[in-house]
Amino acid sequence: MKLELRGITKRFGALVANDHIDLTVNPGEILGLLGENGAGKSTLMNVLYGLYQADEGEILLDNEVQHFSGPGDAMHAGIGMVHQHFMLIPVFTVAENVMLGHEQTGFAGRLDVAAARAQVRKISEAFGFDLDPDAIVGDLPVGVQQRVEIIKALSRDAKVLVFDEPTAVLTPQETDELMTIMRQLKQGGTSIVFITHKLREVRAVADRISVIRLGKVVGEAEPTATNTELASLMVGRAVELTVQKGPAKTRGRAFAVENLSVVDARDQVVVDRVSFDVRAGEILAIAGVQGNGQTELTEAIMGLQERVSGSITLDGQSLRHLSVQKVLDAGVGFIPEDRTEDGVVSEFTIAENLMLDRSYSKPFVKAGSLQRNYLAAFAEEKIAEFDIRAQSIDTHAGRLSGGNQQKVVLARELSRDLRLFVAAQPTRGLDVGSIEFVHERIIATRDAGIPVIVVSTELDEVVALADRIAVMYGGRIVGIVPGDTPRDVLGLMMAGEAPEQGAAA
Amino acid sequence: MTDTAQRTPAAPHKDINTGPVQRSWKAPIALGVFALLAVILFMGFGRAGESTLTLSARADSIQLVPLVLPTLATCYIIAAVLVAIAVAATLMVRRGTRVPLWLTTVFSILLLLGFLVWASAGANLPIPGLLAGSLGLAVPLIFGALGGVISERVGVVNIAIEGQLLAGAFSSALVASVTGSPIIGLVAAMVSGVLVSFVLAAFAIKYVVDQVIVGVVLNVLVSGLTGFLFSQLLSPNSDALNSPPRFNEIAIPLLSEIPIIGHVFFRQTLIVYLMYLAVACVYVGLFHTKWGLRLRAVGEHPQAADTVGINVGSTRFWNVSLAGAIAGLGGAFFTLGSVGAFGKDMTAGAGFIALAAVIFGRWDPIRATLAALLFGFASNLQGVLNIIGSPVPSEFMLMLPYLVTIFAVAGLVGKSRPPAASGKPYIKS
Ligand SMILES: Nc1ncnc2c1ncn2[C@@H]1O[C@H](COP(=O)(O)OP(=O)(O)OP(=O)(O)O)[C@@H](O)[C@H]1O
Ligand SMILES: [Mg+2]
Repeated sequence: MKLELRGITKRFGALVANDHIDLTVNPGEILGLLGENGAGKSTLMNVLYGLYQADEGEILLDNEVQHFSGPGDAMHAGIGMVHQHFMLIPVFTVAENVMLGHEQTGFAGRLDVAAARAQVRKISEAFGFDLDPDAIVGDLPVGVQQRVEIIKALSRDAKVLVFDEPTAVLTPQETDELMTIMRQLKQGGTSIVFITHKLREVRAVADRISVIRLGKVVGEAEPTATNTELASLMVGRAVELTVQKGPAKTRGRAFAVENLSVVDARDQVVVDRVSFDVRAGEILAIAGVQGNGQTELTEAIMGLQERVSGSITLDGQSLRHLSVQKVLDAGVGFIPEDRTEDGVVSEFTIAENLMLDRSYSKPFVKAGSLQRNYLAAFAEEKIAEFDIRAQSIDTHAGRLSGGNQQKVVLARELSRDLRLFVAAQPTRGLDVGSIEFVHERIIATRDAGIPVIVVSTELDEVVALADRIAVMYGGRIVGIVPGDTPRDVLGLMMAGEAPEQGAAA
Repeated sequence: MTDTAQRTPAAPHKDINTGPVQRSWKAPIALGVFALLAVILFMGFGRAGESTLTLSARADSIQLVPLVLPTLATCYIIAAVLVAIAVAATLMVRRGTRVPLWLTTVFSILLLLGFLVWASAGANLPIPGLLAGSLGLAVPLIFGALGGVISERVGVVNIAIEGQLLAGAFSSALVASVTGSPIIGLVAAMVSGVLVSFVLAAFAIKYVVDQVIVGVVLNVLVSGLTGFLFSQLLSPNSDALNSPPRFNEIAIPLLSEIPIIGHVFFRQTLIVYLMYLAVACVYVGLFHTKWGLRLRAVGEHPQAADTVGINVGSTRFWNVSLAGAIAGLGGAFFTLGSVGAFGKDMTAGAGFIALAAVIFGRWDPIRATLAALLFGFASNLQGVLNIIGSPVPSEFMLMLPYLVTIFAVAGLVGKSRPPAASGKPYIKS
């Protein structure tokens, strides 16, 4: 089906999120949609999907003007969407989420759960996913939730499919599978809009590329364009895709974890006798496929896990048995991997989010009362420093684009006096310009003599930042190797193979 | 590859010390405390004489011999068993196993039996009467709670249950008196419950007014309106307007012949049978049908429901109306089922107890029904014990329903989590 957007304009108060956007996607074509964080990509897609009402402009399907009063109409017209902020109901099972809205029923409206299960199995098999249809969605890690969101969209035979950053939390293999599926759908005549920040992916799968900046279409590109060209088109300036990093000037051992084990709520040993140390002024990257214990490891360091054994010491002081607040007070900065869930309070303003972990003492609170002026000045400064795109410091964090929410978390954690910085997936969902910026900040933190732990499933990120790399597999550290270890070695280690002798650092 | 698949290689290391295993000590502690209380009460304040528990009502065709028990000895034995169960529960948790539900159930029944025996020393306690009275008190609560479960599950906090019950009671009395038909009265009760819901739904969903405030205002409004009409209209003409025909009891063949409970549950009025039906339908509907899935989706995450084409506003509106109809039926029970005439503010806070049952029942129709039954039982026990002359001061007895409910909830109901979007209006941009 041919999709055409004509002059779509969407305003949120004074902010123009989409400014007369024109786009066309032909049947059997994949359009890559690129743009900075907050450029207005998700907004545009939500308008298309009927979730937002456009202030101006029209949507045409096969040259017919459509009037969508809600997503129901859009769905009927054949539009499907994988949402960036998952539209899943946490207390429902995978099967229930997938069937919701087009339930198959038996006698007297009774749900045919078996049919829904079978459908989930069928699609996930085609995908190379292994997904339990009866798992409760809220218990699943984000990566798996993303698969559910994709399966939900694929289960309805849409003729126009929108994928809004589906690959941010997928493994490289899963991304490849998804791209294969997109190509298959394209063969069948589906028109696809694919949003991602990973230039490699658009170049691999897109037929055409459109770039949006500040709510306007700023250009088109061919998939043959280089990363640098695409990046500068997006951001409007030249971007360094790999940041410059001098050699680490380390001082003694600052942070050490010994024999750390974590058992999760299902009695599984998720972190298994892990030991490593980080020197002051060095970045230790923890690489590995999502779900191999990295999340639990960082949570254990922060005091967020309950069943932990082993020791965690920072500058000779034990962090075990401390409350999260005490851990933060000890100077540990933390970027959680799921920003919407653990990073920001979406009903709070940006300013309030920026003071969240210092809400009980100076300088934000004096004699029990909030220092509003101080907070406002502080927030203004951070918005400028971290380039957070928002209408004002009083915008609710939930209203920010994904990348800008991440910057709020970064700004909060990096504006304290730190003695250790733990960043889990710090650039997930960020645009290339922001990634450059975040990487620079992380390296600056290292160069200030702070031990840094970066957990990342992106090999690019690991290689760009790490002085040393610890690879986790099955809850254990397979090996710790130097930062310049070749990627294929890292790849093997991520599959559980121990490094060859002599490679260890 | 799944996460579990990736983790499996690490699984064999069971030998490592993984810190304290989480054990729930709640059950043994609760059982221990209750066993201790039983020991103190039964032994410390032991009562001599014999307790007679009558098991059959006069109308029953199978007559059971009354149970005559030596009070002191029975209480001693029961106390000993209670202590044994508490100890067993402690040992189980020590070993890392969970205390099974049946054990807690046996414990509760024994505790109750012991208490009844203790309280009825030297007197005659009619068990069927006790149960029948409990059910009677619970019926409106159950209807109210079902209405509450539906409307909260769809995302609208329903404080107006009290108003819906009262409106149902009033209009069923009036309409049944005028028409002479209790069935039409029942329909009128449902209609008036729906009307109250319309106001709630319109203000809460369309005009996004705070739902708790609308609910409270509605309660006051209905109380004032029915009170006014009662004193101006119904009281002066009570023969014509406030003497509704009541439903007859219908005995279900065979089932009503079951000893002890048959009479209680299966020789009842139409309203009570409707209640059984309502509980079953709401339960099955909520968890096994398309209607229920969509309803719960709207109450948990309205935007997600919207994105799959469910109309959030109308789903909420119609289900809140349905909830009103069900609560209205509960109101009709006051006038057409039990009392037989409308009285000012006759619901006397039943709507709020129903609301409590919703929460105690964790927004689940079956659990909420059980909570309502428990409350009905405790209230009735208090009344019955007062009549047969229990040694417990009556002021304390008045606390009993509330105490029992609180303890049962604290001991049996775990963490409770309301539907995520309950009380939150859905605004689209
Ligand atoms: N519901 C809303 N209310 C107010 N402002 C909003 C709302 N949704 C989005 N915005 C604003 O509109 C702009 C565009 O946001 P959008 O989510 O479309 O960006 P995006 O291109 O998808 O970015 P990202 O790559 O980070 O996901 C942002 O400045 C954002 O703050
Ligand atoms: Mg977006």
